Amino acid sequence: MATIRANTISTKSLPNLTANDLEHEAIYIFREVAAQFENPVLLFSGGKDSITLVRLAQKAFYPAKIPFPLLHIDTGHNFKETIAFRDKLVADLGINLIVRYVQDSIDQGKVLEEQGKYASRNSLQTTTLLDAIEEFKFDACIGGARRDEEKARAKERIFSVRDDFGQWDEKNQRPEVFDMLNGHIDLGQNVRVFPISNWTELDVWSYIEKEKIEIPSLYFAHKRSTFIRDGLIWTAEDEVVFRSEDEAVQERWVRFRTVGDMSCTAAVESTADSIEKVVAEIRDSRISERGARIDDKRSEAAMEKRKQQGYF
Amino acid sequence: MMNVVKIATAGSVDDGKSTLIGRLLYDTNSLTEDKIDAIQKSSLKKGYDYLDFSLATDGLVAEREQGITIDVAHIYFSTRSRSYIIADTPGHVEYTRNMVTGASTSQVAIVLIDARKGVVEQTYRHFFINNLLRIKNVIVAINKMDLVDFSEQVYLDIKVQFEKLNSKSTYEEQQLHFIPVSALHGDNIAIKSERMPWYEGKPLLYHLEQLELTDVNDQGEARFPVQQVIRPKTAEFHDFRGYAGKVYGGSLEVGDEVAVLPTGTRSRIKDIYFYDQSFKRASSGNSVTLTLEDNINIARGDMLVRPNELPKVERAIEATICWMDNKPLTAGSKYILRHNTNQVLSKIELIRNVIATDYSGSEPASSLHLNQIGETSLKLSKPIYFDPYSSNKTNGAFILIDPQTNATSGVGFIH
Repeated sequence: MATIRANTISTKSLPNLTANDLEHEAIYIFREVAAQFENPVLLFSGGKDSITLVRLAQKAFYPAKIPFPLLHIDTGHNFKETIAFRDKLVADLGINLIVRYVQDSIDQGKVLEEQGKYASRNSLQTTTLLDAIEEFKFDACIGGARRDEEKARAKERIFSVRDDFGQWDEKNQRPEVFDMLNGHIDLGQNVRVFPISNWTELDVWSYIEKEKIEIPSLYFAHKRSTFIRDGLIWTAEDEVVFRSEDEAVQERWVRFRTVGDMSCTAAVESTADSIEKVVAEIRDSRISERGARIDDKRSEAAMEKRKQQGYF
Repeated sequence: MMNVVKIATAGSVDDGKSTLIGRLLYDTNSLTEDKIDAIQKSSLKKGYDYLDFSLATDGLVAEREQGITIDVAHIYFSTRSRSYIIADTPGHVEYTRNMVTGASTSQVAIVLIDARKGVVEQTYRHFFINNLLRIKNVIVAINKMDLVDFSEQVYLDIKVQFEKLNSKSTYEEQQLHFIPVSALHGDNIAIKSERMPWYEGKPLLYHLEQLELTDVNDQGEARFPVQQVIRPKTAEFHDFRGYAGKVYGGSLEVGDEVAVLPTGTRSRIKDIYFYDQSFKRASSGNSVTLTLEDNINIARGDMLVRPNELPKVERAIEATICWMDNKPLTAGSKYILRHNTNQVLSKIELIRNVIATDYSGSEPASSLHLNQIGETSLKLSKPIYFDPYSSNKTNGAFILIDPQTNATSGVGFIH
C-alpha cells in the first residue's frame, strides 16, 4: 500500500463530476455506514463485487484501516482459488476475517442439504448468515449486490432495513431522497448496505481494470474439465457438482463470470485471459451474468422469494 | 465511464412508459439474450404478435400480478458514450412520494403524453414535481403517434397545451424538449422517424446523449459537510486528522481559508486527499479527505465553507414538504431532521397549506397526508447551515425521520 507523501505540493486537480459518479458515491456510502452504525461488517464472498467493495472501503478510510471486519459465509463449495485469494487479501489489509460455515448449520440440524442433481447450498447460506449476524450483533452488513443483476434487486434500497428474522419487506421500504441515507433502526434490526447498487457488471469490470485490482484466476480463461447440462458448462473437477454417467466430461477453455457456490455457478466458454480481454468480452456479451446461475432460474420470482426470507 | 446520467420517468402502464423504456433498452443493445428470450416467451404466452418490451421493466411479483409498477425501479442501459439509469415510478397521485424520490437524483425527466389524450391531470403532476425538484432538463415525449396517423397538428396542439402549463412553472431555467414518438415501433427513439418528416428535431436518444450534465449550481459556493473524522492512530500517521466528506456546489483548493460551522472557527485547507494521492483542487461531487492547518475540534455534522460564502445559519426555517408517511404530519409534532450529515430535532410550528399538484392552487390545511405537498414552518433544536433549495439542492433539502418508527417520513425543500 502506498503512503501519503507529506509536504509535497500537488498540482493535480480532481475532475469535475456529476452528482452520480459511481466511485465517489460508493465512498460516500461507506463513510455513512461507518458514521451511522456501531458494528458494521463487510460480507465477503471472494467474488469480484466484494473485492471491489474492499478497494472502495480502502479509499473511503485511507490512511486509516478499514474500520470493520470481513465476514465470509463459507458454503463449503468454494473454488479453492477463491479461499487462497481471500486469505492473502485479508493478510495484506491487516483486518479481521470472520468465517462461518454452512456445514456447521447442517450439522446442527438447522438446515437440510438439498437433494438431486440441482442440489445447491446457495439458499442454505441464509441461516448461517442470520446466525452470524445474531452472534456478533452486527447492525449493518455491507454487500456487493447490484440493481442490474436481477429484477427484484432493481427495487432494493442502498440502506435496506431487515427485521429480526432478516426479512425484506419490499412494500414498506424507506424512500431514499438525494443522497441522504437513514440508518435509524431498532435493536435487533439490521441494515443491508449496497454501496455499488448503481453499478453494472461492466462498471465493476472497468473499475477492476482501471484500478488494477487483483482478482481470483477463475475469472480469466483457463483449461478445465467440464460437462454440459441444460446448455450450461459445469466444472467436473470437484465432486461438489453432481454429474450423472451420461454427462460427458470434456476439456474446454472457460472462465467464470461469478465465483460463488460451485454447485450453482456455471462457466462460460472464453479465451479472455487478461483483464483487458475480459472487459472487451463483457462489453460485447449478450447474456446476463445471473443467466449462468441456476438458483435464479428456478422460477421467475426466485430471487424475490429468497430475499423475503433473508437471503443476501 | 463512472459518470452516470439519471433519468426520471413517471406514468401509468396505459401511456406506454414501459414500452418506451423497453424500446430504449432494445435499441441501445442493452437487453441481453436471456432477457430478450424471456420477453419472447412471455409475449408468446400472452398471445401477442409483437415483442412486448414493457415486460423488460416489470419488477416484483405483485406488480406482474397486477400489471402495475409499485415503487421506484432502476433500469440500466448504456451507449458508447454514456451510461444511464432510469428511475421509473408509477404516475398515480398515490405515488407522489415515489416520483419525488426518483426525481431527487435525476438530471433529466421524461414526461410521457399519450397523443390520443393530450395533456391530462397526470401530466400536470409529473411536471409539477419536476418544477418543485428543479430538474433542469425535461423531455416531453408525445407517444403513440402511430395511433394519430403521425399528425403534426396533434403534436402542435399538445405542444400548445403544454406551453400553457409551463407558463405556471416556478423554475424559469428549465429546458423543455418536445419529441413526437412511437415507442412501440421505435419512431424517433434511437433513430429519426421517416414517418414524421415534419418533425425537424432530433430523436429522444440524441437528446439524452447531448445533455449538459454539470449543474449551474456546481460553479457556486462550496459546501463540505463532514461525514466523519479519519484518525488512523498508527505509528506512520500518528498525528493525522482528516475530515472525510463530499464537496457540493463548488470547488475547494489547498490554501483556501475555511470557516467551520457552527463555531465559525477559521483555518486553511492544508491537503486534499483522494485515497493515497494528494490534489490541489476538489470540485463538486468528489468524496475526499481534507486536512487543515490548525488542530480544531471538528465532528460529523459540522460544515466547512469559505468565510465570505457563508450559508444561512438558523433555528427556524420555512420549507415545502412532501409527506411520505401513512401517519399524517400535524402541527406541534416532532421529528428528527437530517440535513446533509447534520441531525437535529425539529418541531412543526405551522402547516400553511396543501398545494395541488395540478397547478390549481393551494388550500389552507392543518395537516399533510401521505403524498401531499405543503408549505410549513419548522423550529429546530439547534441551527442548521443551509442554502435555499433553489440555489443549492443538497444543502437546501432535508428529510424528517419519525423518532418512534425510524421511518423516513418526509422530504423538505427549504425556501
